[in-house]
Amino acid sequence: MPRLTWQAAELVTSTPETGTARTLRLRVPGWRGHLAGQHVDVRLTAEDGYSTRRSYSLAGPADGEFLDLTVESVPDGEVSPYLTEIMRPGDQVEIRGPVGGWFVWRPGGDRPVLLVAGGSGIVPLMAMVRARRQAGSDTPFRLVYSVRGPDNVYYADELRRPDPGLDVSYLYTRSVPEGVSRPAGRVTQADLAEAGRPAALAPDCYVCGPTGFVETAADLLLALGHAPERIRTERFGPSGG
Amino acid sequence: MTQEHLDGNTLAGPLSEIFAVDVTTATGRCASCGMSGPIGALHVYGPDPGLVGRCPGCEEVVLRLVRGPGSAWLDLRGTISLKVHLPD
Repeated sequence: MPRLTWQAAELVTSTPETGTARTLRLRVPGWRGHLAGQHVDVRLTAEDGYSTRRSYSLAGPADGEFLDLTVESVPDGEVSPYLTEIMRPGDQVEIRGPVGGWFVWRPGGDRPVLLVAGGSGIVPLMAMVRARRQAGSDTPFRLVYSVRGPDNVYYADELRRPDPGLDVSYLYTRSVPEGVSRPAGRVTQADLAEAGRPAALAPDCYVCGPTGFVETAADLLLALGHAPERIRTERFGPSGG
Repeated sequence: MTQEHLDGNTLAGPLSEIFAVDVTTATGRCASCGMSGPIGALHVYGPDPGLVGRCPGCEEVVLRLVRGPGSAWLDLRGTISLKVHLPD
Protein backbone atom coordinates (compact mmCIF):
# COMPACT_ATOMS: atom_id res chain seq x y z
CA MET A 1 0.00 0.00 0.00
CA PRO A 2 1.52 3.31 -1.04
CA ARG A 3 1.69 6.14 1.45
CA LEU A 4 -1.23 8.52 1.16
CA THR A 5 -0.83 11.73 -0.75
CA TRP A 6 -3.04 14.77 -1.20
CA GLN A 7 -5.42 14.48 -4.13
CA ALA A 8 -7.61 17.05 -5.86
CA ALA A 9 -11.31 16.70 -5.14
CA GLU A 10 -13.96 18.56 -7.11
CA LEU A 11 -17.31 19.55 -5.66
CA VAL A 12 -20.16 18.00 -7.66
CA THR A 13 -23.20 18.89 -5.55
CA SER A 14 -23.89 20.48 -2.18
CA THR A 15 -27.18 19.52 -0.52
CA PRO A 16 -28.59 20.98 2.70
CA GLU A 17 -29.22 18.51 5.56
CA THR A 18 -30.28 21.08 8.15
CA GLY A 19 -30.08 24.86 8.48
CA THR A 20 -26.36 24.60 9.19
CA ALA A 21 -25.14 21.35 7.67
CA ARG A 22 -24.64 20.32 4.06
CA THR A 23 -23.65 17.11 2.34
CA LEU A 24 -20.89 17.65 -0.22
CA ARG A 25 -20.53 15.15 -3.02
CA LEU A 26 -16.93 15.21 -4.25
CA ARG A 27 -15.38 13.60 -7.29
CA VAL A 28 -11.90 12.22 -6.74
CA PRO A 29 -10.37 10.64 -9.85
CA GLY A 30 -8.71 7.33 -9.00
CA TRP A 31 -10.37 7.00 -5.55
CA ARG A 32 -9.44 3.59 -4.13
CA GLY A 33 -12.61 3.11 -2.08
CA HIS A 34 -13.08 3.15 1.69
CA LEU A 35 -14.77 1.48 4.65
CA ALA A 36 -17.78 2.75 6.57
CA GLY A 37 -16.54 4.86 9.47
CA GLN A 38 -13.35 6.10 7.84
CA HIS A 39 -12.57 9.76 7.41
CA VAL A 40 -10.60 12.02 5.10
CA ASP A 41 -8.40 15.00 5.82
CA VAL A 42 -9.37 18.12 3.86
CA ARG A 43 -6.76 20.80 3.17
CA LEU A 44 -7.46 24.36 2.10
CA THR A 45 -4.64 26.57 0.89
CA ALA A 46 -5.00 30.33 0.62
CA GLU A 47 -3.41 32.39 -2.15
CA ASP A 48 -0.66 33.49 0.20
CA GLY A 49 0.30 29.86 0.87
CA TYR A 50 -1.30 29.58 4.32
CA SER A 51 -2.93 26.18 4.60
CA THR A 52 -5.12 24.50 7.15
CA ARG A 53 -6.70 21.08 7.41
CA ARG A 54 -9.60 19.32 9.10
CA SER A 55 -10.83 15.75 9.30
CA TYR A 56 -14.32 14.86 8.07
CA SER A 57 -16.08 11.53 8.24
CA LEU A 58 -17.30 9.94 5.06
CA ALA A 59 -21.10 9.80 5.09
CA GLY A 60 -21.60 6.76 2.91
CA PRO A 61 -19.88 3.80 1.34
CA ALA A 62 -17.69 4.35 -1.70
CA ASP A 63 -19.49 5.01 -4.99
CA GLY A 64 -16.81 4.76 -7.64
CA GLU A 65 -14.91 8.03 -7.64
CA PHE A 66 -17.63 9.88 -5.75
CA LEU A 67 -17.67 10.37 -2.02
CA ASP A 68 -19.96 12.23 0.38
CA LEU A 69 -18.99 14.35 3.37
CA THR A 70 -21.54 15.99 5.66
CA VAL A 71 -20.14 19.17 7.14
CA GLU A 72 -21.62 21.21 9.99
CA SER A 73 -20.83 24.88 9.59
CA VAL A 74 -19.07 26.00 12.76
CA PRO A 75 -19.45 29.75 13.38
CA ASP A 76 -16.02 31.41 13.08
CA GLY A 77 -14.56 28.14 11.82
CA GLU A 78 -11.67 28.27 9.39
CA VAL A 79 -12.70 25.48 7.05
CA SER A 80 -16.37 24.53 7.46
CA PRO A 81 -17.88 27.92 6.48
CA TYR A 82 -15.89 27.77 3.24
CA LEU A 83 -17.01 24.22 2.51
CA THR A 84 -20.68 24.84 3.28
CA GLU A 85 -21.27 28.44 2.18
CA ILE A 86 -18.66 29.56 -0.33
CA MET A 87 -17.53 26.52 -2.27
CA ARG A 88 -19.41 26.04 -5.58
CA PRO A 89 -19.71 23.01 -7.88
CA GLY A 90 -16.52 22.77 -9.92
CA ASP A 91 -14.37 24.24 -7.12
CA GLN A 92 -11.58 22.05 -5.77
CA VAL A 93 -10.06 21.20 -2.41
CA GLU A 94 -7.33 18.73 -1.54
CA ILE A 95 -8.14 15.58 0.33
CA ARG A 96 -6.08 12.76 1.81
CA GLY A 97 -7.51 9.41 2.68
CA PRO A 98 -9.28 7.29 3.45
CA VAL A 99 -7.75 7.09 6.90
CA GLY A 100 -8.60 5.32 10.13
CA GLY A 101 -9.08 1.55 10.19
CA TRP A 102 -10.24 1.23 13.79
CA PHE A 103 -13.60 3.03 13.95
CA VAL A 104 -15.00 1.02 11.04
CA TRP A 105 -17.73 -1.50 10.43
CA ARG A 106 -17.40 -4.22 7.82
CA PRO A 107 -20.45 -6.05 6.48
CA GLY A 108 -20.34 -9.76 7.11
CA GLY A 109 -19.98 -9.91 10.89
CA ASP A 110 -22.75 -11.71 12.75
CA ARG A 111 -22.51 -9.55 15.88
CA PRO A 112 -25.38 -7.09 16.42
CA VAL A 113 -24.48 -3.43 16.29
CA LEU A 114 -25.39 -0.51 18.52
CA LEU A 115 -24.73 2.96 17.11
CA VAL A 116 -24.86 5.93 19.47
CA ALA A 117 -24.71 9.34 17.80
CA GLY A 118 -24.48 12.78 19.34
CA GLY A 119 -25.34 15.61 16.91
CA SER A 120 -23.10 15.56 13.85
CA GLY A 121 -21.58 12.33 15.19
CA ILE A 122 -24.26 10.66 13.10
CA VAL A 123 -22.11 11.01 9.96
CA PRO A 124 -19.76 7.98 10.20
CA LEU A 125 -22.57 5.93 11.77
CA MET A 126 -24.81 6.75 8.80
CA ALA A 127 -22.02 5.43 6.57
CA MET A 128 -22.35 2.14 8.49
CA VAL A 129 -26.16 2.13 8.11
CA ARG A 130 -25.78 2.74 4.37
CA ALA A 131 -23.02 0.16 3.99
CA ARG A 132 -25.24 -2.40 5.68
CA ARG A 133 -28.10 -1.62 3.28
CA GLN A 134 -25.79 -1.62 0.24
CA ALA A 135 -24.38 -5.03 1.22
CA GLY A 136 -27.86 -6.49 1.83
CA SER A 137 -26.61 -7.44 5.30
CA ASP A 138 -29.08 -8.76 7.87
CA THR A 139 -26.90 -7.81 10.86
CA PRO A 140 -29.30 -6.24 13.40
CA PHE A 141 -28.55 -2.53 13.78
CA ARG A 142 -29.85 -0.15 16.40
CA LEU A 143 -29.23 3.58 16.21
CA VAL A 144 -29.68 5.90 19.18
CA TYR A 145 -29.45 9.47 17.90
CA SER A 146 -29.16 12.31 20.39
CA VAL A 147 -30.00 15.60 18.76
CA ARG A 148 -31.03 19.10 19.83
CA GLY A 149 -34.45 19.00 18.13
CA PRO A 150 -36.25 17.58 15.10
CA ASP A 151 -34.88 20.35 12.85
CA ASN A 152 -31.34 19.24 13.62
CA VAL A 153 -31.73 15.66 12.40
CA TYR A 154 -29.42 14.80 9.50
CA TYR A 155 -30.69 12.39 6.82
CA ALA A 156 -34.19 12.73 8.30
CA ASP A 157 -36.15 11.41 5.30
CA GLU A 158 -33.81 8.50 4.76
CA LEU A 159 -33.92 7.50 8.44
CA ARG A 160 -37.72 7.62 8.41
CA ARG A 161 -37.95 5.14 5.55
CA PRO A 162 -38.28 1.54 6.68
CA ASP A 163 -35.02 -0.40 6.61
CA PRO A 164 -35.61 -3.96 7.88
CA GLY A 165 -33.33 -4.83 10.79
CA LEU A 166 -32.54 -1.19 11.58
CA ASP A 167 -34.20 0.43 14.60
CA VAL A 168 -33.82 4.16 15.11
CA SER A 169 -34.64 6.09 18.26
CA TYR A 170 -34.16 9.77 18.93
CA LEU A 171 -33.14 11.49 22.14
CA TYR A 172 -34.08 15.17 21.95
CA THR A 173 -31.95 17.39 24.15
CA ARG A 174 -33.66 20.80 23.71
CA SER A 175 -36.91 20.73 21.78
CA VAL A 176 -39.21 17.75 21.70
CA PRO A 177 -41.67 17.15 18.87
CA GLU A 178 -45.33 16.53 19.65
CA GLY A 179 -46.20 13.00 20.63
CA VAL A 180 -42.83 12.22 22.21
CA SER A 181 -43.16 11.48 25.91
CA ARG A 182 -39.48 11.60 26.89
CA PRO A 183 -38.69 15.10 28.21
CA ALA A 184 -35.83 17.03 26.61
CA GLY A 185 -32.51 16.11 28.11
CA ARG A 186 -29.12 14.56 27.67
CA VAL A 187 -28.54 10.86 27.26
CA THR A 188 -29.09 8.78 30.40
CA GLN A 189 -28.45 5.21 31.42
CA ALA A 190 -32.17 4.49 31.11
CA ASP A 191 -32.14 5.74 27.50
CA LEU A 192 -29.37 3.37 26.55
CA ALA A 193 -30.90 0.51 28.52
CA GLU A 194 -34.25 0.98 26.75
CA ALA A 195 -33.26 2.00 23.25
CA GLY A 196 -29.91 0.26 23.18
CA ARG A 197 -29.12 -3.41 23.16
CA PRO A 198 -28.63 -5.59 26.21
CA ALA A 199 -24.96 -6.07 27.04
CA ALA A 200 -25.63 -9.82 27.16
CA LEU A 201 -25.92 -9.80 23.36
CA ALA A 202 -22.36 -8.39 23.27
CA PRO A 203 -23.09 -5.94 20.44
CA ASP A 204 -20.34 -3.96 18.78
CA CYS A 205 -20.91 -0.42 20.02
CA TYR A 206 -19.87 2.64 18.02
CA VAL A 207 -20.16 6.00 19.75
CA CYS A 208 -19.52 9.25 17.91
CA GLY A 209 -20.08 12.87 18.83
CA PRO A 210 -18.60 15.78 20.73
CA THR A 211 -16.07 14.81 23.39
CA GLY A 212 -18.39 15.31 26.36
CA PHE A 213 -21.18 13.28 24.77
CA VAL A 214 -18.86 10.41 23.87
CA GLU A 215 -17.38 10.38 27.36
CA THR A 216 -20.83 10.20 28.95
CA ALA A 217 -22.27 7.63 26.53
CA ALA A 218 -19.22 5.34 26.74
CA ASP A 219 -19.32 5.47 30.56
CA LEU A 220 -23.04 4.61 30.52
CA LEU A 221 -22.42 1.65 28.21
CA LEU A 222 -19.70 0.39 30.56
CA ALA A 223 -22.07 0.78 33.50
CA LEU A 224 -24.66 -1.29 31.61
CA GLY A 225 -22.12 -4.10 31.34
CA HIS A 226 -20.78 -3.65 27.83
CA ALA A 227 -17.17 -4.79 27.56
CA PRO A 228 -14.62 -2.02 26.95
CA GLU A 229 -13.19 -3.83 23.91
CA ARG A 230 -16.63 -3.81 22.29
CA ILE A 231 -16.98 -0.02 22.54
CA ARG A 232 -15.34 2.07 19.86
CA THR A 233 -15.41 5.83 20.09
CA GLU A 234 -14.78 8.80 17.87
CA ARG A 235 -14.73 12.24 19.42
CA PHE A 236 -15.03 15.58 17.68
CA GLY A 237 -12.51 18.12 18.85
CA PRO A 238 -13.17 21.26 20.81
CA SER A 239 -11.30 23.24 18.14
CA GLY A 240 -13.53 22.03 15.30
CA GLY A 241 -14.41 24.27 12.47
CA MET B 1 -6.30 15.62 32.57
CA THR B 2 -9.03 18.20 32.25
CA GLN B 3 -8.45 19.37 28.68
CA GLU B 4 -10.76 17.69 26.16
CA HIS B 5 -9.16 15.05 24.03
CA LEU B 6 -9.77 13.19 20.80
CA ASP B 7 -9.33 9.52 19.95
CA GLY B 8 -6.32 7.85 18.40
CA ASN B 9 -8.33 7.66 15.18
CA THR B 10 -7.34 11.25 14.58
CA LEU B 11 -3.70 10.12 14.24
CA ALA B 12 -4.57 8.09 11.13
CA GLY B 13 -4.02 10.90 8.64
CA PRO B 14 -0.85 12.35 10.18
CA LEU B 15 0.72 8.89 10.68
CA SER B 16 -0.13 7.95 7.08
CA GLU B 17 2.50 10.48 6.03
CA ILE B 18 5.15 8.33 7.71
CA PHE B 19 3.94 4.73 7.60
CA ALA B 20 2.68 2.61 4.72
CA VAL B 21 0.32 0.70 7.04
CA ASP B 22 -2.55 2.01 9.16
CA VAL B 23 -0.89 2.33 12.54
CA THR B 24 -4.20 3.17 14.28
CA THR B 25 -5.21 -0.50 14.01
CA ALA B 26 -1.87 -1.68 15.45
CA THR B 27 -1.78 -2.83 19.07
CA GLY B 28 0.49 -0.74 21.26
CA ARG B 29 1.75 -1.55 24.73
CA CYS B 30 2.11 1.33 27.19
CA ALA B 31 5.59 1.65 28.69
CA SER B 32 4.14 3.05 31.90
CA CYS B 33 1.33 0.65 32.89
CA GLY B 34 1.73 -2.18 30.37
CA MET B 35 -1.80 -1.93 29.04
CA SER B 36 -2.26 -3.09 25.44
CA GLY B 37 -4.76 -1.67 23.00
CA PRO B 38 -5.27 -0.22 19.57
CA ILE B 39 -3.51 3.06 18.80
CA GLY B 40 -6.94 4.21 17.60
CA ALA B 41 -8.12 4.11 21.23
CA LEU B 42 -5.44 6.43 22.66
CA HIS B 43 -6.53 9.74 24.13
CA VAL B 44 -5.12 12.36 21.80
CA TYR B 45 -4.41 15.96 22.72
CA GLY B 46 -3.49 18.63 20.20
CA PRO B 47 -3.12 19.36 17.36
CA ASP B 48 -0.83 22.21 18.41
CA PRO B 49 2.09 22.32 18.98
CA GLY B 50 1.91 18.61 18.22
CA LEU B 51 -0.26 15.54 18.70
CA VAL B 52 0.17 13.77 22.02
CA GLY B 53 -1.27 10.27 22.44
CA ARG B 54 -1.89 9.19 26.02
CA CYS B 55 -2.72 5.75 27.40
CA PRO B 56 -6.47 5.43 28.15
CA GLY B 57 -5.50 3.36 31.20
CA CYS B 58 -2.95 5.54 32.99
CA GLU B 59 -2.91 8.78 30.93
CA GLU B 60 0.88 8.62 30.47
CA VAL B 61 2.29 9.72 27.13
CA VAL B 62 2.52 6.85 24.63
CA LEU B 63 3.52 8.80 21.54
CA ARG B 64 4.09 12.31 20.33
CA LEU B 65 4.02 13.52 16.75
CA VAL B 66 5.07 16.93 15.54
CA ARG B 67 4.87 17.91 11.90
CA GLY B 68 7.25 20.70 11.04
CA PRO B 69 8.36 22.26 7.77
CA GLY B 70 10.03 19.52 5.75
CA SER B 71 10.02 16.89 8.49
CA ALA B 72 8.01 15.03 11.09
CA TRP B 73 9.17 14.10 14.61
CA LEU B 74 7.78 10.94 16.11
CA ASP B 75 8.56 10.19 19.77
CA LEU B 76 7.60 6.63 20.74
CA ARG B 77 9.37 6.39 24.08
CA GLY B 78 6.12 5.64 25.90
CA THR B 79 5.53 2.58 23.72
CA ILE B 80 7.09 -0.79 24.53
CA SER B 81 5.92 -2.42 21.34
CA LEU B 82 3.66 -2.02 18.34
CA LYS B 83 2.01 -5.12 16.93
CA VAL B 84 1.15 -4.40 13.32
CA HIS B 85 -1.32 -6.61 11.44
CA LEU B 86 0.18 -7.75 8.14
CA PRO B 87 -1.06 -10.25 5.59
CA ASP B 88 1.18 -13.33 5.24
